[in-house]
Amino acid sequence: MFREEVREFVTRELDPSIKHKVDNGLYLQKEDHLCWQGALYKQGWMAPNWPESFGGTGWSPIQRYVFDEECAMGGAPPVVPFGVKMVAPVIMKYGTNEQKAHYLPRILSSEDWWCQGYSEPNAGSDLASLKTSAVPRGSSYIVNGTKIWTTYAHCADMMFCLVRTDPSEKLQQGISFLLIDMQTPGITVRPITTFDGRRDINEVIFEDVVVPIENLVGDEGRGWDCAKSLLSHERIGITKVAQSKRQIARLKQISATEEIDGNLLKHDALFRRKLASIEIDLMALEYTELRLLSDLSKGRTPGPESSLLKIRGTEIQQKITELLVESVGYYAQPYLPEVLYEGREDCAVGPEYAPGLAPYYFNWRKASITGGTNEIQRNIIAKKILDL
Amino acid sequence: MDLSLSVEHGILRDSVERFVRESYPFDKRRKIVDESESFLQENWQDFSKLGWLGLNLPEEFGGNGGSAVDTMVVAEALGPGLILEPFLETVVIGSKLIQVGSNEKQKSEFLSNLVRGRLILTFAFAEPQSRYSLSDVQLSAKPNGDQFVLNGKKAVVRHASSADKIIVSARTAGDRRDKHGITLFLVERNSPGLSRRDYRLQDDIPASELIFDNVCLRRTAMIGDLDCALPMVELVVDHGIAMVCAEAVGIMSALYTATLQYVKTREQFGQPIGKFQVIKHRMVDMLMACEEARSMAYMATLKLDESDPNVRKRAASAAKVSIGKAARFVGQQSIQLHGGMGMTDELDVGHYFKRLTMIDILFGDVDFHLKRYSACASD
Repeated sequence: MFREEVREFVTRELDPSIKHKVDNGLYLQKEDHLCWQGALYKQGWMAPNWPESFGGTGWSPIQRYVFDEECAMGGAPPVVPFGVKMVAPVIMKYGTNEQKAHYLPRILSSEDWWCQGYSEPNAGSDLASLKTSAVPRGSSYIVNGTKIWTTYAHCADMMFCLVRTDPSEKLQQGISFLLIDMQTPGITVRPITTFDGRRDINEVIFEDVVVPIENLVGDEGRGWDCAKSLLSHERIGITKVAQSKRQIARLKQISATEEIDGNLLKHDALFRRKLASIEIDLMALEYTELRLLSDLSKGRTPGPESSLLKIRGTEIQQKITELLVESVGYYAQPYLPEVLYEGREDCAVGPEYAPGLAPYYFNWRKASITGGTNEIQRNIIAKKILDL
Repeated sequence: MDLSLSVEHGILRDSVERFVRESYPFDKRRKIVDESESFLQENWQDFSKLGWLGLNLPEEFGGNGGSAVDTMVVAEALGPGLILEPFLETVVIGSKLIQVGSNEKQKSEFLSNLVRGRLILTFAFAEPQSRYSLSDVQLSAKPNGDQFVLNGKKAVVRHASSADKIIVSARTAGDRRDKHGITLFLVERNSPGLSRRDYRLQDDIPASELIFDNVCLRRTAMIGDLDCALPMVELVVDHGIAMVCAEAVGIMSALYTATLQYVKTREQFGQPIGKFQVIKHRMVDMLMACEEARSMAYMATLKLDESDPNVRKRAASAAKVSIGKAARFVGQQSIQLHGGMGMTDELDVGHYFKRLTMIDILFGDVDFHLKRYSACASD
């Protein structure tokens, strides 16, 4: 019933040109995301992870799961997580009433586009060694430093940022969680091209950037608590079981067209073995996530188990990208930016589904690096669960 | 059995490495990709002056009379340069096809031009439907008087836009997937009826889709015998496989070295990340993968001249499988251990990874060669 309702909504509301891009792994523009998120907002489905009082849906974790799955299977782009899934839960938990009243509605409506200011050139895996400073002056902080790998900083309105407010404190202590308007003077955004050719990530440089003190979330020096709470939410999102199912469905579609040794690829024994193997891996992850969701629906907060979901989720996603590249043979080789960026069919070479596959494989190597590398996730499990 | 390289090979390797270091640095290569359609002619002329275009050719054509091991040494040393030049297509495949298939007059004309950098060749073997099967040839060549008329398509033909002549596999008899009935033709790039759609590959190599619309050729354009080209095609492709395996070894080696350097200098948690055991073990696994890959590239090269084609094919396929797996592991882990830096276009690491990924596909991926190996082994 619920599933059918979501499916019907996706079919009705998803712009065919956006679905085409998602189906073929072509690059989405900000407007594409805004268009889909606008439809979700109108329907009241933008923030299934929020409490109803703030505009959430009141769905059970299992309903949210079904929702994610139907959206992904229907070819909808994933909701950009920085606002609704990442900063919003922090504002709800640690923010003032004023902050909640101001930011949450704007996140819900996608009026504000957010980015995440965590990593720095010398603080990656060792995030707590970050050096970007925020020094109080009057009713403001003066921010100086550099953030890096910041996705969408070039088109974001706001950044949630980890800054050091007390340089005398070591590591986690002395870090604060600050919201920064990206239009503030003194901010320079430098795009970083990734090796797949995309320009989604940036370096962000702060030079004497004045940030009002009321943009501090939680207590000064307690930003690490905010970050930890956020990261555990991020890791649940990072499982992407629904998207992986969608990609497997795509792989099956491709294998029903591609030929190998005079037969369809889908009848090839080696291919079938690999496909079955990845489906089973995904099933194991899915039921692990469902078990965790069941626990969460009984009121438990997400803990270090989410690291497990992140590791397995990204390993499976990356394996699927390998299989997608393998599925098309030589036609994974041509690099066709006109097709990828502008969707120009007239420039296509080979089958319609091929041009996005190798860039997707390349780009998705980031999945085991971002949000805490998989090595760091294993350290977290070793420490928090195994006590090693 | 002596599997050490000779002093002469060491000198050859050093000279290629010096060329890559001094004349082919990464920023210069990037500029060539940005500003040219394919590659720089002057580099190709340098290849000629350095004697690399005639490595394996007999001295009567101006060549060096060397062996496949010379090619391996050069290919491995060229690997870290991520070269854009048609070395594989012209020096390894094209020249081999001319040597085994052309008449004496053509041989002497083509090969002496090739050695002097005046003839660029490429080989169009794949078709949109063929995947990796060399005998899946639909492009037809029909006799018409003393001519052949070619109609059909060739897919992802590397360096077709700069090749003076394109060697094309065509169906002259039998059905699409028959082993018999394939003939090779030498086609001028500017032949009437031959059109191209040019692009670059993920690793910046120029390539094209070719459409043959009633391209008329004289019978003298034939290379080798009518209907019997497949063994020749398999032979030159195995030479190609050995070469790209050596190139991959050179790239893996460069990645391994760069990554080792990075984990020794990148500090997190107050120490170089290479001090963490998980990183140490990963680096050791990468080293082992590189060493095995090098062994397999060498093995495949040594088997190229085996009189039994099955022995040669099995060796080439074994190397392609082994190196395909090793390259994927080393490539992926190099990016992983470089973290965010590994994802950037600015660093060469991602570009090495892309080339390795393209080499895995070229001439057949791991699954294809597992099957081919197994088929040759049981014959």
